[in-house]
Amino acid sequence: MKTLPLIWTLLLSLFAFNAQAAFNTYQFDDPEKQKRFDYLINELRCTVCQNQTIADSNASLAKDLRDKVYKMVQEGKNEQQVKDFMSERFTDFVLYRPPVKKSTYPLYAGPFIMLGLGIIFLVIYIRKRTQSPTVEIDEHEHQRIKAMLQEEHKENTHD
Amino acid sequence: MKLRALIPLATFIALVILLAIGLTRDPKKIPSPLIGKPAPAFNLPAVLQPQQRVSHEDFLGKVTLFNVWASWCVACREEHPLLVEFAKQHQTPIIGLNYKDQRNDAIRWLQAFGNPYINSAFDLSGTVGIDWGVYGVPETFLVDKKGIIRYKQIGPVTSDVINDEILPMIRKLEQES
Repeated sequence: MKTLPLIWTLLLSLFAFNAQAAFNTYQFDDPEKQKRFDYLINELRCTVCQNQTIADSNASLAKDLRDKVYKMVQEGKNEQQVKDFMSERFTDFVLYRPPVKKSTYPLYAGPFIMLGLGIIFLVIYIRKRTQSPTVEIDEHEHQRIKAMLQEEHKENTHD
Repeated sequence: MKLRALIPLATFIALVILLAIGLTRDPKKIPSPLIGKPAPAFNLPAVLQPQQRVSHEDFLGKVTLFNVWASWCVACREEHPLLVEFAKQHQTPIIGLNYKDQRNDAIRWLQAFGNPYINSAFDLSGTVGIDWGVYGVPETFLVDKKGIIRYKQIGPVTSDVINDEILPMIRKLEQES
């Protein structure tokens, strides 16, 4: 059974090699464009194989999208223009980093709200623990204590 | 004190409901950003007569179904009889986009399974497919008389989809001037 993980590792490394080979076929004269291309293909999601970027994926659509990004970068389009082109066709879903806008506010604010709530609960909890423990007494006990105090008070005034 | 003991349970139930809603949604179905927008422009040779052109202008003036298909697409085989039947029963024209296919394979496919399309555009490189946001063949669009995309079905159409979604939508769009 120990060979199974080994087989998986070998299989997966095969994919890694392919992905590497795939994007080396795109050559740019301008290192700036090369950088932009490498950045973009790692920022765009392959819509067929959803947990891979178009750089990682071997799907034919991913290859087409890489070709398209290559073409656009060669034409001198900037990062935003390429991203806009893709999200106009495939929604913001293709962007690995969703843009900050109304529908994504909860996504970006959520963790901080959770953190804030956590801190509030923590503070309340700690405060409660550090306070001296209080003993609850019922009406009956309350009366008894009152009576005892009055008795003591009477004794004191008699002296 | 008793109410506080219910907090973990309430949190758990809320989480379960949230996750249950998540399970009913299909992450493979990305809503099309093209709905309500003009059909992306294209001009391609037809599959059967390469000298003939198919373009976005063919949508103008009538409600049209636009179906993306390919001979290599297994799910297309499943939906194809429904489209053939649809073409027989209804007036609405179906324009095909033959996506990343070989011409001979496509022609053979149409001969074997029937041709419900008034015309099929031949998109060998898949560039028109990218403009239409195609990622999972088959896909079917409904384009109105002004050439605006009004509806999109990702994956094969079923008779339920035709009867409950596409036909009512066509009737509605036919009413529009």
